[in-house]
Amino acid sequence: MKIVVTLKQVPERDALLSISPGADWIDESALSFTTSEPDAYALEEALRLRDSQPGSELVALTAGPERSASVLRDALARGADRAIHVLTSSTHDPLSTAHLLAAAIRVESPGLVLTGLQSDDLGLGQTGVILAHLLGVPHSTLALHVEPVPTGIRVKRELEDGWFQHVEMPLPALATIQSGGNQLRYATLMGIKKARNKELRTIDAASLGAPAPPAAVELTRIFPPDKQKHTRTLAGSSAEIAAQLTGILRNEVHVL
Amino acid sequence: MSGVLVVLEPRPGSDPAALSRISLEALAGGLHLAQQLSLPCIAALAGSGSAVQLQSPGFAPLRAAQLEQIYAIEHPLLAHYTADGHTLALEQLIRKLCPEYVVFPHTYQVRDYAPALAVSLGQPLVSDVIAIRIEDGSPIFVRQLFQGRLNADYRVTHPGSAPIFLSIQAGAFRAESLENSNGPATAASIVSFIPQLTEAQIRTRPAAPFRESARTVDLASAPLIVSVGRGIGEQQNLALVESLAAALGAELAASRPICDLGWLPMERQVGSSGQTVAPRLYLAVGISGAIQHLVGMKGAKTVVAINRDPAAPIFEVADYAVVGDLFEVVPELIKAIHATKGE
Repeated sequence: MKIVVTLKQVPERDALLSISPGADWIDESALSFTTSEPDAYALEEALRLRDSQPGSELVALTAGPERSASVLRDALARGADRAIHVLTSSTHDPLSTAHLLAAAIRVESPGLVLTGLQSDDLGLGQTGVILAHLLGVPHSTLALHVEPVPTGIRVKRELEDGWFQHVEMPLPALATIQSGGNQLRYATLMGIKKARNKELRTIDAASLGAPAPPAAVELTRIFPPDKQKHTRTLAGSSAEIAAQLTGILRNEVHVL
Repeated sequence: MSGVLVVLEPRPGSDPAALSRISLEALAGGLHLAQQLSLPCIAALAGSGSAVQLQSPGFAPLRAAQLEQIYAIEHPLLAHYTADGHTLALEQLIRKLCPEYVVFPHTYQVRDYAPALAVSLGQPLVSDVIAIRIEDGSPIFVRQLFQGRLNADYRVTHPGSAPIFLSIQAGAFRAESLENSNGPATAASIVSFIPQLTEAQIRTRPAAPFRESARTVDLASAPLIVSVGRGIGEQQNLALVESLAAALGAELAASRPICDLGWLPMERQVGSSGQTVAPRLYLAVGISGAIQHLVGMKGAKTVVAINRDPAAPIFEVADYAVVGDLFEVVPELIKAIHATKGE
């Protein structure tokens, strides 16, 4: 089976974010970037599936600016067989991103596409579902595990409040992966060495046909969140903070 | 007909079926938007017996709301949720009604099909909306970015003939006024809508939902909770928060990453995929506060947060904030609690 996994490059989780002068995005100049966490779990699930199905191939795919090639090099080091980078500067609209990914995937005609369920930056949670729609394949979201069955695949989906569900789909199909289904592997030194000889192909977005029309709704301003509560900040040494907090827990919250 | 169409869901597993709380909140959001824009508001519920459901006691708040009409989308193939069934059925209703806005509750089910539904009508979905403002007669939808560390305004910049789709996060609008209204004050008529669906169009085969094992921890009724997040760094450091929980006599809980890593069992997870809690005290240690976590603990009476990142979104909902190193503060706190208790 040929598997395509889509990956998105996002700022590191603990990066200090500052708003760009135009307030329409963040200032990216001093940031370091990584693979969006749910995509890392999608890659892990894809690697396990590839390894359990002899003769399978795993292709890692991203759409993004030049710097995002690093998520592909990382995927190759962790075990992906080859990688495709769709070079584009615009990744804020899930429909246009999905258009680019779909154009790159159609040529590959994989049996299975895995994506993360949402990105750590925009968090819209739509690219995977839109991608399935554009490819004309069935999909299932919030999947923790994907296993081959005679009729296609069976995914274990997470529902709300501790419930789960199995869903079966014929192939080709797409699943968006929820975090936590597996432990993530690290790239080994050997993996990093091997990755140097693997194919990483770059495609310019303009060569993939007409872009998606402009979205009807656009992100126009970024700002720090409002406080929802009046918050009292406790200051001082750790011992002083502990004393204040204990006093509050006894005299105001009445739990001590 | 133009207007605001709100698509509702019964609470999962409710028997007899009742409207979910987040659906009522989405309805409140839809009614707010409709009122601000002077548009009629319409509601819809999809299923195999939704007309009967809509007449049942669990749907009384919907019948009492200021609605123009309520659509019961009915088809035997909608008995069990599938993305294909819901997408096709709602696409047909939307093409018939031509609403200007379609509003959903931001549930797992909506996340599964609404992006495909919106794109089948050539439109984007503004997902996970936490607030709606009106400026110069146009709505602005606010949603979070970067796990809640920043907010963003989304505006309609290329209006077309197709509707704008949005899904509303839990807690963004208040459902109390809807819940407490008793009468069939307006008595909007319930109209049956039968979509055209064939079995061949439903490509996925869902099985019945299940739980892994019986829950042994009931966080929902715990009066005191100490909850731990990614800031704890290493599994071996959990002993520190376990001591804090023991000193306070609190239950230990966690945010998703800790359970994803297998450091604590899933049943101790607080948030949209875990348990929803409402303790007297919620002490968050090293939790940054992604929206999926906040929706599970916003009901806490008092929130204390300890985190070294002053921009962590957990501080937006905290009553008491400690910006500092948990590895320095927590040991002192344990000592001070023991001293206060005279132990």
